[in-house]
Order: sequence, then C-alpha cells, then structure tokens
Amino acid sequence: MALLDVERLSVEYQTLQGTVRAVRDVSFSLPPGRALGLVGESGCGKTTLARALIGVLPRNARITEGAVRFEGTDLLRLPADQFNDYRWRRIAMVPQAAMDSLDPVQRVGDQMVETIVLRGNLTRAAAADRARELFAMVGLQPDRLRLYPHELSGGMKQRAVIAMALALRPPLVIADEPVTALDVIVQHQVLQTLRDLREALGVSLLLITHDISVVASLCDDVAVMYAGRIVESGTVRQVFAEPRHPYTMGLRNAFPSLRAEQEHLVPIEGYPPDLAHPPQGCAFTARCPFAIPRCWEEDPVLRAEGDGQEAACHRAHEAPVLRVQAAEAFARLAGDEIRSAPREAC
Amino acid sequence: MLMPMLEVANLQKHYTLHGGMMASVFGGRRVVHALNGVSFNVEQGQSLGLAGESGCGKTTTAKLILKLLRPTSGAIRFAGRDISDLEGADLLGYRRQVQFVFQNPYEALNPRFTILRAMLEPLVIHGIGASALNRVERVADALRQVHLDPPEAFFMKYPHHLSGGQLQRVVIARALLVEPRLLVADEPVSMLDVSVRAGVLNLMRDLTRRHGLTTIYISHDLALIRYMCTTTAVMYLGTICEIGSTAEVIGRPKHPYTQALVAAVPDPDPTRAERVVKISDTVPTPLHIPVGCPFADRCPMVMDICRTVRPALRAIEGVRVACHLYEGPEEVH
Amino acid sequence: MSDAERTLTLPTRWSQAASSWRDALGTLAVVARRDRFALVGIIIYVAFFAIALLSPVLAPYNPQELNYLPGGDVAANLPPSLSHPMGTTNLGRDIFSQLLYGSRAALMVGFVAALGVVILGTLVGLVAGYYGGWVDTVLMRLADVAFGVPFLPMAIVLVAFLGPNIWNVVLVMTLLLWRDTGRIIRAQVLSLRERSYIEAARVLGASHTRTMFVHIAPNVLPLSFLYGSLAIGWAILTEASISFLGFGDPNVISWGFMLQDAYNSQALARQAFHWFVPPGVCIMLAVMAGFFISRGYEELLFPRLRRR
Ligand SMILES: Nc1ncnc2c1ncn2[C@@H]1O[C@H](COP(=O)(O)OP(=O)(O)OP(=O)(O)O)[C@@H](O)[C@H]1O
Ligand SMILES: Nc1ncnc2c1ncn2[C@@H]1O[C@H](COP(=O)(O)OP(=O)(O)OP(=O)(O)O)[C@@H](O)[C@H]1O
Ligand code: SF4
Ligand code: SF4
Ligand SMILES: [Mg+2]
Ligand SMILES: [Mg+2]
Repeated sequence: MALLDVERLSVEYQTLQGTVRAVRDVSFSLPPGRALGLVGESGCGKTTLARALIGVLPRNARITEGAVRFEGTDLLRLPADQFNDYRWRRIAMVPQAAMDSLDPVQRVGDQMVETIVLRGNLTRAAAADRARELFAMVGLQPDRLRLYPHELSGGMKQRAVIAMALALRPPLVIADEPVTALDVIVQHQVLQTLRDLREALGVSLLLITHDISVVASLCDDVAVMYAGRIVESGTVRQVFAEPRHPYTMGLRNAFPSLRAEQEHLVPIEGYPPDLAHPPQGCAFTARCPFAIPRCWEEDPVLRAEGDGQEAACHRAHEAPVLRVQAAEAFARLAGDEIRSAPREAC
Repeated sequence: MLMPMLEVANLQKHYTLHGGMMASVFGGRRVVHALNGVSFNVEQGQSLGLAGESGCGKTTTAKLILKLLRPTSGAIRFAGRDISDLEGADLLGYRRQVQFVFQNPYEALNPRFTILRAMLEPLVIHGIGASALNRVERVADALRQVHLDPPEAFFMKYPHHLSGGQLQRVVIARALLVEPRLLVADEPVSMLDVSVRAGVLNLMRDLTRRHGLTTIYISHDLALIRYMCTTTAVMYLGTICEIGSTAEVIGRPKHPYTQALVAAVPDPDPTRAERVVKISDTVPTPLHIPVGCPFADRCPMVMDICRTVRPALRAIEGVRVACHLYEGPEEVH
Repeated sequence: MSDAERTLTLPTRWSQAASSWRDALGTLAVVARRDRFALVGIIIYVAFFAIALLSPVLAPYNPQELNYLPGGDVAANLPPSLSHPMGTTNLGRDIFSQLLYGSRAALMVGFVAALGVVILGTLVGLVAGYYGGWVDTVLMRLADVAFGVPFLPMAIVLVAFLGPNIWNVVLVMTLLLWRDTGRIIRAQVLSLRERSYIEAARVLGASHTRTMFVHIAPNVLPLSFLYGSLAIGWAILTEASISFLGFGDPNVISWGFMLQDAYNSQALARQAFHWFVPPGVCIMLAVMAGFFISRGYEELLFPRLRRR
C-alpha cells in the first residue's frame, strides 16, 4: 500500500481578483521509502499542494474536493485535533525559505528545542539530546547549536531546518525548495545529506523544486506540474528519457546543460496561464506546438500510459513521434528560425 | 596587437561598513574586501562569462565597469581610455557605449513609467532620433526585435502588467536602443521561469551577434555560461582563479576550485553518475582575506606554500590559472 | 537642442508632470473609494471650497460692514434671526457672513501652506537623500532645528517679527512644517536610490538632476501628498490659534479672528453660543477633514501599518 495517496485534490484561493485555482484535480501516490520529485515553474501550485497535505493552508484557501490518504486514513476527513497528531509526527515539512525565517535573535539550538518540545511533548532535556543527535545526523557539529542564525552559512541553516523536520522521526518528509538559493557546491552537499538521510532512516521524501536537475540527482519518481495540474508522472528515468507530455518534451531543450552536447536551446514560447482564469481546455494549448482543436475544448485527464508512466495529454499515445519532432516544433512556434539557419559572421 | 575593448587592471573594491549590526557581529572588522585585484581584458566581439559563488564580487565588478561605483584602486580602460575621470559629455558618451541588463527585471523598470515612457528615456537623454515620431518608431522596432509584438500593445502598459520574461525583454530592448558596443548582463535569467529562460537567452545571443556586440555575462550557473560565452573567468573571493576559453575552463578545469564547481553542478540526465565534491560548504567571508591563496582553507590539494604566498595567474595550456599546483610564467600587471 | 528634440522633450515632460498629477488625483479617487472617512474629508473640503468661492453671493452682508437698526442704532449683539441667521457681533457685523468669508482665509492658509510644505519638504528630502554626505548633514541639521523649536510660540514670534500679514502666516507655516515631509521623503529617497531602476537611469545616462526629478520624484510624490494633507489641518489650526491670540492679519476675517473677537467681547460670559460655536465647529471640521484624508492616504500607502 502506498504511504501517501492523493486523490483528485483541488485547492482554491479567494482573492480580490477572483478565485485562483492553484491546485486542480491532482492525484499521485508515494510508496514507502521512495522519493518523489514534484517539479514545476513558479506559481504552478507546488507550495499550495504541499501545504494542503499537512493542513497548513492560509486562511483564504479552501480545499474544494479530493482526499489525502496517509497510511489509508483520509487526513482531510479527520477532526482537527487528530490531524494534529499526524502533522510533524507522521508527516513533516521543510517549508520554502525556512532557513530565512529562523529567528535572528535566538540561538539555533534553543529554537530547535522549542520546536521539538512544542511538537513532540518532550521534556526540554530530552529535546536537547534529540537536537544534538539530529544535528550530527545532518552533518553539523552539535556545538554549533549554540550559534545564532547569522553565524551559520546558508548551507548550515538549511541543514538545521531539515534537522527540525526530522525531529519526531516522521516516515514522510516534504521538502519545499530545499536547495534553492544555495550555491552549487553548498547545494551539492545538502543534496548529499538528504540522500544519506534517506538511506540511513528510510524516510520517504516528497521533494518540491523548480529545478529538474535536483530531481534527477535525488529522486526515484517525478511528477511534473503545470498550471495547477500534474501533467506527467513516472520514474525519473522514464519521464526524462521518454517524456509523453509536450511540456516535458519542451523542458528538455529549454535550459542549458553543463555536460550534454547541445547545439542550441529551444524556448517554450509564451507564458503559463493566469490561474485566476484557467483556460477551458488543456492549460498548455497556447504554448503547445502539437495542439489540435480538441485541446482547446477538453481538458485532458491524467491517464496511465503503460509501465506506471502517466500523462495528461490528448496526444500522449503519439508520444514517440512527437518526441522526435519536439525540438523543431517548439522552435517553429517560437519563431526561432534564426537558429536553424547557418550562422553568418556579422 | 589590437587594443582590447575593455581592460580591467588590478581592480580592488573595499566596502566600509558603518557601525550597526554588521560591525558588532563581525567583531569590529569593518572592511569588506569585495574585490582584491581583478584583471582581465575583453576583446571586441568577445563574450566573457564571469562565474563564481554568491558574494565573490561579480556584481561589484559589473557596477565598477558601469561606473555605478568607484574603485578603491586599479583601473578600467575602455577603448584605451581610463574611465575613472570621465565627466559631462565624455561620461554621457561612455554611457551610450556600455549598457547593462539587471538581474531582477521586476526592479529594473520604474513602476511609475509606462513601457513607452521608459523606453523613450534613453533616446531623449542621448538625443537620438530626429523627431518624436521617429523615436516612437525606434521604440516599436526595438520591442519587435525582442519579440514583443505588436509593440503598440505594450506602449501604455506599466511594468506590473508584464511577466518577468516580458520585462526582461523590455530591459534588453531598452539597453540596445542606444546602440552600445559593450553589454553587461548580471544574472539576466535567474529570476525567470525555467520555461521562458531559453527564449531570453537565445534572444540575447542572437541580438548581440547581429549587432556585433561585445558582452559580459555574469552568472553563478556554469551551464548558462557554457551556452552563452566563448571565454570564462571563474572568480573566488574577489580574485580570478581561472580564465580562458570556455571549452577549456569548463571542459578541463585546472584550478581545484573550478574543478569542484564543475563537479557540483547536478545533472538533468539521471543516467549520468553522481560526482564527488570533497570541499567543505563553508563559504568564506570577504571580511578577512587570507594572506596566501584565498581558497587554501577549502582546498583539498593545499600545500604549505599556499598559506603564505598568493598565487598569481599563470598561463597553463592555453588558459590562465592562479594556483601553486601549476608552474608557468607569472603575469605582471 | 534642435526644434524637433524640443518638441519631444517638452511633451514628455508635460505628460509626465501631468501623469504625476493625474496619479495624485487618481490616488485621491482611490482613497475616497476605499475609505469612508477620507470620503467625508474630501466632501467637507469640497463644501468649504464651494462656500469660499461663492461667499460674495451667499453672504447676505459685507462681513466688515457695521449694520444699523432701523432706528439708527448699531445692530450690536443681536440674537439669531431671519435677517441675521447667526446674529451680529458687538459692533453689529453679521456673523453668518463672517463665517462664510472665514472659509476663504482658512482654505487659503491651509492649502497654500500645504503646497509650500510639499514643495519645500520634497525638494529638501530629494536633495538630502540623493546626494548624501555634507549636503544631507546640513539639511537634516536644519530639520532638527525646525523640530526643536516650540511650534506655536515660534510661529507667533515670526509672524510678529515679519508683520501680521496673511502671507507671512503662510510663509511661517511652510518654514516650520516642511520638516516632517523633508525627513520622510529623505528616508524614502535613501532606499529608492539603491533600487535597480534608479541605477538603470544612471546607466542610461541620466544626469543627477534628471535622476532626481524625473525618476525618483514620481515615486515619492504620493508620500509628499500624504504629509501635505496632514499639513492642511495643521496650518488651519495654527492660523486660527495665531489669530485667536491676536497676532493675525487684522484685515482678514478668519475663524480664529472671529473667536478672538467673540472672546474679547465677553461672548462666552454672555452665553452667545451663536457667535463662538460656528467658527469653532468650522475649524474642527477643517482639521478633521485633513486628518481623515491623510489617514486614507496612509492606509493606501502602508496598508499593513493599520491592519494590525
Ligand atoms: N495566500 C494566497 N492567496 C492568494 N493566492 C495565492 C496565495 N498563495 C499562492 N497563491 C497563488 O496560487 C498560485 C500557486 O502558488 P504556489 O505558492 O503554490 O506556487 P509554487 O509552485 O509554490 O511557486 P514557487 O515556485 O514560486 O514557490 C500562484 O498563482 C499564487 O499567486
Ligand atoms: N554596498 C555594499 N556594502 C558592503 N558590502 C557590500 C556591498 N555590496 C556588496 N558587498 C559585499 O561585497 C561582496 C561581493 O558582493 P557582490 O554583490 O559583488 O557579489 P556577487 O558575486 O555578485 O554575489 P551574488 O552572486 O550573490 O550576486 C559580498 O560579500 C557583499 O556582501
Ligand atoms: S492536450 Fe493538446 S495542447 Fe495539451 S499538451 Fe496535449 S497536445 Fe498539447
Ligand atoms: S594555490 Fe594551493 S590552496 Fe590555492 S588552489 Fe592551488 S593548491 Fe589549492
Ligand atoms: Mg513555492
Ligand atoms: Mg550579484
């Protein structure tokens, strides 16, 4: 049985501009011990989804439908006090930019002990022991607990907030952009720590990021989000080697790689839709070089495409052919003829 | 030999912190050694990439070149002329030849100006265009060049009506309006969505090629520099530790720091093996600069000499490296 | 500069000045729409403006004129009646007419002084914040001095020194009230100066003056208007105080002057409410209106300040 099963989850925000449909009909499942990467661009609903899972949505947000089953129990149907028992104990979260929200005038150790006492009903002494243990676990010397946040580097702070999430030995950790804004070398080390922790503790990981490379280096499975929906999911190898959704195909050529032989980048023309007014059909239609009339009218649902891979596209069954044409098709849509023509000297 | 377009010679920039929290935190030391002797040349038509971790002095270098800051010491020469004493018409002339693309497109346009108004500004300042109509036409052309089509649709919009990618296109178009010779771009896409980055990068590459522009790209992202630049300089703690052709510097890095940097970049292809990076993740502070090699504290290859003698840039196999591991003729400035 | 260039720079400057004003009025409209109190404030000022403009038409008598009873006696100290809605003063002047004309003095002092405060404060704030260094130090010491002096006594001394003329009152008010605006604008400019778009203006070649007035100024004007709207109330109140204390312009009928007149003629003791209550209420309304509007502005500019 899956550890976490999310079914048709939808979340809306009420704003002055209208209703923002931040998460739309999202389903996925996470087997125990695995790491799932949730990738998507800024504003596609990743953080909203994560917050819905542990029940810490802002007040203007509302879950309109769906179920979040954790070890078989639908958390959304639980009374508030029972949901509390799950939060931090069973599912912990490293919030986005958490390292910047450490209290600057309190020692890191005190903040950790405070948090552990609050969340876990431990005595202060037990919490202090636990804090030292956790620090060692994430590769920090326990004497660093006495330092103030500004005395720690970005990487150390990030390790500290990861340690806080692990305090009550949760089987599932959700990490929202844990390495964003860190320098490459630091990022590499923090990712290594996360990898070690997975191995040592056997925790399952839901990793949220906009950076595909981070998913590739840490996760087993990946779910690609676009405009509030999951448009493709599968194992990392499947999705990156044989994408079935045009958006994923487009992403492959859209950013430079340090090692791959790459003649030129192909942009995805246009911009993601405004979630206050999501289009009627497939949300990717306006940017998709393979759109057919049906795409403008009917929103495709996430369907199994064999081998555990899933895609939400009316033309997913043609994926092998589309994949071959993708680079050229996206380039044509972007009006990027300049690059296909031979380069002359200026 | 042809004169380089831009010469940066032994540039130093120290910031003095004025009291307050920083001073008390760092125990009385109050000088940030942001740049400690940076030298490089940029030839006409070249594209130079400046790479390095946060705080190594990339933006400071750019702002010195743009004369937004004054150097503590050292010289910057543009087309052979020292820019430090430029004033009045000379300064205006320099400003017309050197333009800047800012990191944060949401901040680079005045929130109270319409796009048209913001783009007319450089034309008015430099007196370009024969008539008001001609200027508006130039603006329209520039917007069309950056694929903001039809331009009229953007004229009366305010910055907050546009997405990040569109704003960065406006910023690029505005920089090109004065027909500069050198374009400096500080992290031009780091604030943009993954899917729109390629569009902006390609645009910059095409436009700079078409206009024969010399460019300096600043980025912490080596992959981006590999894509955009012919020459790469890697900075560490206010110095250049390796500079040379991009293929060499990124393909076969020599300096231990460059090696770590290259190895640490995660790979979007999950089939490629993880690499091991052995250096610590303690980022150094420019408040105290070591006497010897700035990288000595983190370097896995550190030797005795490294702690006492500052390595100078030496020519090694076509690139220039500042590391005692390599021997070669030292450069003098 | 060629003719063609002139034709372009002028319109852009104009349209830009216009856009700042349109901006300011636009914000005022937004403020009015968002905030009931601010709307009430605006309505009060509009009403006073109308009264001030139309006072020659509305006022039944010349406010300075002495009225006589049919018998030839001075119509002094009459209670309210149909011919004198608010009665008359001890010299037989029509109080209602005085009240209407008093709005002219109040508004003129209030708005001209506020305009002066906005201009002077913004200018000082811009220059001090933008240039920094000794310019900043000197200007901010001046602000400290303006802060240090006791406001009303200083105003009285200055007016007494310069002569009891309504323009001097305005001048003094400007000289004393610019300090808040100046400081706030300076702080704002200090942070704006570091913003990329101001650096961008420098990179594009804008001179210091151009950067200050074309690029920074539009971003601080809303704040200037906030402090300007505060200054209106202050100036009206101060003018009333000065006049009440007898240092005002004797040739101008103002609400403070009316109060002083009433006070000196023992109207209070005689319980002639019809004499001293109306000007008091008018002063209060004008000051309150200024406060309401500035509060609305503040809410719009710093929404978080008040929500807590
Ligand atoms: N509290 C809120 N009220 C209203 N709208 C919100 C709120 N929080 C987020 N949104 C909107 O919901 C959408 C999804 O936001 P979310 O923060 O989940 O995105 P994200 O994928 O985490 O983006 P990022 O990568 O920038 O963190 C966005 O359009 C955002 O503007
Ligand atoms: N105005 C300033 N006052 C004091 N210190 C400064 C100032 N500006 C920059 N610094 C310091 O100088 C050093 C170099 O800064 P710079 O902005 O050039 O780095 P960078 O390489 O651009 O980094 P990033 O990648 O984070 O943008 C940093 O340590 C920074 O903290
Ligand atoms: S459903 Fe249509 S528009 Fe959407 S991704 Fe598939 S082909 Fe493109
Ligand atoms: S000089 Fe020494 S410390 Fe510096 S990089 Fe080379 S080997 Fe390492
Ligand atoms: Mg997020
Ligand atoms: Mg920088």
